Amino acid sequence: MLRPDFSANSLRRFMVALATMFLVASWSVWAGEAAPASDDPALEKRVTALSELLRCLVCQNQTIADSHADLAIDLKNQIREKLRAGESEKQIIDYMVARYGDFVLYKPPVKAATVILWVGPFVLLLGGIGFLMMKVRGRIRQAREGEVLTEAERERAAALLEEDQIEKGTTR
Amino acid sequence: MGRYLIPLGIFVVLVGFLAVGLNLNPREVPSPLIDKPAPAFSVSQLHQADKTIARDDLKGKVWLLNVWASWCVSCRQEHPVLVDLAKSGAVPIYGLNYKDQREAGLKWLAEHGNPYVISAFDHDGRVGIDYGVYGVPETFLIDKAGVIRYKHIGPVTPDALKDIILPKVKELNAAS
Repeated sequence: MLRPDFSANSLRRFMVALATMFLVASWSVWAGEAAPASDDPALEKRVTALSELLRCLVCQNQTIADSHADLAIDLKNQIREKLRAGESEKQIIDYMVARYGDFVLYKPPVKAATVILWVGPFVLLLGGIGFLMMKVRGRIRQAREGEVLTEAERERAAALLEEDQIEKGTTR
Repeated sequence: MGRYLIPLGIFVVLVGFLAVGLNLNPREVPSPLIDKPAPAFSVSQLHQADKTIARDDLKGKVWLLNVWASWCVSCRQEHPVLVDLAKSGAVPIYGLNYKDQREAGLKWLAEHGNPYVISAFDHDGRVGIDYGVYGVPETFLIDKAGVIRYKHIGPVTPDALKDIILPKVKELNAAS
């Protein structure tokens, strides 16, 4: 009968092959990483600071400072060149926004379209606190009113207590 | 009964948001360049390295700028669509050979057919950056005045062509 071979030996062989594959893959990625940096540390610092504000559009949850995508490297080079040419940080950010839109900013600007993004969490938080307070107050009021038992309830409670006493007495 | 209505309401609203969210494509970033003048460029042509092609050479006609590369896998998918479009003569297609090697680009066109009137050769990707290109293929529809009217991200499909791009071409051609 044909059955998939799940023996420990073949599994181990498979794991080794997988590990080798990952190792080779990560090495080749690492090997391609070296970006042309300048030897001016002050400039590099500004390039990095600015890169951290900009989103990489290829790998959308990374800044271009973190990303090694081709486009991110190109954009970092562009930033370096522009800073060297004496452009200000703001000019460069405007340049990027003009081409890629607000989405390129890692921290979105506050405007009509993004106001929900900025205010939404606080509104939800306040709403939650309000709801909780309402509920708690209701409970407190209920508890206070509950302090007074009706005659029938009092009798029932007494009966239950008595029963309990008798039971304990018999077992002893 | 009433106590279940609130959670049910919240659930329905949540499902609504998720349904909309799932149908959005986060890869499609709206371009800020729509209805703005196409960024100027002047680069060498792919086939004739000694000749240049510039944005202003194309003023006065409605044209498509298709960003492609020989290394781009999805370009293979859209290529037959572009070749057919070029044959139909509905709109001239100009190529932007993005971050490619000249020989590789030429070989690719020889192999798959050349739908482009001219391909601009953007070896270092500078023109691409000016056009806000972040994923190849991308296609821009540019009007007679040199204004970008539409941007298609990803491979051009026959449906996108029929339903969006060609009607827009017609409309722009009719406008003086």
